[in-house]
Amino acid sequence: MLIRGVMPGRKESKMIEARGLTKKYGDTVAVDNLTFAVEPGKITGFLGPNGAGKTTTMRLILGLDRPTSGTVQVNGKQLRQLAWPMREVGALLDAKAVHGGRSAYNHLLCLAQTNNLPARRVTEVLDLVGLHEVARKRSKGFSLGMGQRLGIAAALLGDPSILMFDEPVNGLDPEGILWIRNLMKALASEGRTVFVSSHLMSEMENTADELIVIGRGRLIAQSTVAEFIAENSQQSVRVSTPQRGLLAAAAAAAGATVRDDAAGKLVILGLTTAQVGDLAFENGIRLHELAPAQASLEEAFMELTASSVEFQAGLPSDQRDAVTAGEVA
Amino acid sequence: MASTIAHERLVGGAVAHDAPGRAGFFGAVRSEFTKIRSVRSTYWTLLALFVVCVGIGALFAWGQTERLASIAGGTTLNGHPIPSAAQHSFLAQREAEIRSAASSISLFGLLFGQLIITVVGALTITSEYSTGMIRTSLTTMPRRGTWFAAKAVVFGLVALVTGLVTSFVSFFVGQAILSSWHVNVTLGQHDVLRSVIGGGLFLAVCGLMSFGIGAILRHTAGAISAAIGLLFVLLILSNFLPGPPSGWFGQTDIDKWIPFYAGAHIWQNQMLGVNPFSPWIGFGVFCAYAAAAIIGGLFLFLRRDA
Repeated sequence: MLIRGVMPGRKESKMIEARGLTKKYGDTVAVDNLTFAVEPGKITGFLGPNGAGKTTTMRLILGLDRPTSGTVQVNGKQLRQLAWPMREVGALLDAKAVHGGRSAYNHLLCLAQTNNLPARRVTEVLDLVGLHEVARKRSKGFSLGMGQRLGIAAALLGDPSILMFDEPVNGLDPEGILWIRNLMKALASEGRTVFVSSHLMSEMENTADELIVIGRGRLIAQSTVAEFIAENSQQSVRVSTPQRGLLAAAAAAAGATVRDDAAGKLVILGLTTAQVGDLAFENGIRLHELAPAQASLEEAFMELTASSVEFQAGLPSDQRDAVTAGEVA
Repeated sequence: MASTIAHERLVGGAVAHDAPGRAGFFGAVRSEFTKIRSVRSTYWTLLALFVVCVGIGALFAWGQTERLASIAGGTTLNGHPIPSAAQHSFLAQREAEIRSAASSISLFGLLFGQLIITVVGALTITSEYSTGMIRTSLTTMPRRGTWFAAKAVVFGLVALVTGLVTSFVSFFVGQAILSSWHVNVTLGQHDVLRSVIGGGLFLAVCGLMSFGIGAILRHTAGAISAAIGLLFVLLILSNFLPGPPSGWFGQTDIDKWIPFYAGAHIWQNQMLGVNPFSPWIGFGVFCAYAAAAIIGGLFLFLRRDA
């Protein structure tokens, strides 16, 4: 999966690489033995439910938090070892991480100066994100979308080869979401490493090439989006029959998994529609309904991460399982 | 798609990627200076510092001249008559008293100015945390020691320049008022220049001490309370100690170690009475407290998650 040097002419170190990355806050394990790598030239989606440890992982990559154990490197080094950090890594962690009393221009200028970037570059990125008209306005008056654009401008200041965005579309209107999506695609198409977190599978489905899925701080899956869909959105068959018990037993005997859905129908996983029909015929079971059903990627993601959601809205554990089964079916 | 975003802008025409050197102290200093000059609160607080110091010093000096005026008019400030036989010597005595404390009188406002610089010093570092800016700052300049040093140096210089300007202007305004009774002093006189420069130094070091406390506590209200507690509350508490020097527990033995007493003799020697430390030694003790706060703050800053 993570073939190094897959992009011709690129240094193989041009990416983010975590090895056994672990972060504990007291007894709480936020990030648990994560090992992954992010390749250049692609958008890598970092997917997980809220509280899964996505932001903590990004903070560890950026050196804001110190790992309890393990390492994480960008371009083969820790961030603080890079000669010009902004020229290699740009990050949008939190659009509100600015001093609201400072103008957009001065905010970017003070960041640019740390890495000896010319003031001309500040004007360039302000044009790029479309904030040139409010460049001299204090950022406390900015809308959520404008704040997000300012954060992206800061990330792009050093024209870095690695870009990290933490939940960049949160709270944005459709136009803003499209803008960010296109920007990320453009950045990746230029050969940059784009690492973007989200808790929404649907968002990643449209944007990412690669996926890293985590839950409760642990790595759940790492694959391309296409593989993830193929592996995790299982084909299932929905059956309505007055002889539920008989069909369930027959299907189970044939090696399938059988569940009840919320409407009281049987959901059979592991057999095709034709196989279920034949099975019913052979066993003399009457069918009232026989239909193929494709679990959506969103549902697959829900199932995959269900056990790793930190808080499940206070449901008792037995109901929780029932809900999960119902959602998947 | 990609065509909606101009390629040349995206790839950053103005960014040189093979630049020699590395992001270091001077870039961080320029950045911190931009930060401090680009928020309005800097100007408001420093203007407040200047106005309060000069204004209170002027008011205090004017009060002294009023005292002399009433004695010359034959009454005390409370309106009690002064026997005419005693009037001349009484006036001369008061004039001598005021003249001997003339520089301290004109710098009296710095006592309140230290409160303001304490607030500015704490805010310089705690506002990074309260706004979340610290995360952006440390992502662009992840070498924390360098960043911290640049921030302290820039704030220290701004505080020192503001402190010196405030101290000198307070002095000249105060002396101009006192000169109407010829009880003023000039910079050339014994210890006067040291007091005026010392006033500026004292304000800067107050600010830096508060900066260090801010780095330790990372919380604006907490840092300001702690810094003011250290500077003011200890001062007040010391008045409840047993009175005159009595062995190890004499008030002066403890007083001399209280940050304000140790540090203030460099600019307030004429009004604070005797201190066992000489002005510069006392100021050195005060600087040591500030250094302890800053080193403590740096130590934690290098180790903690931001």
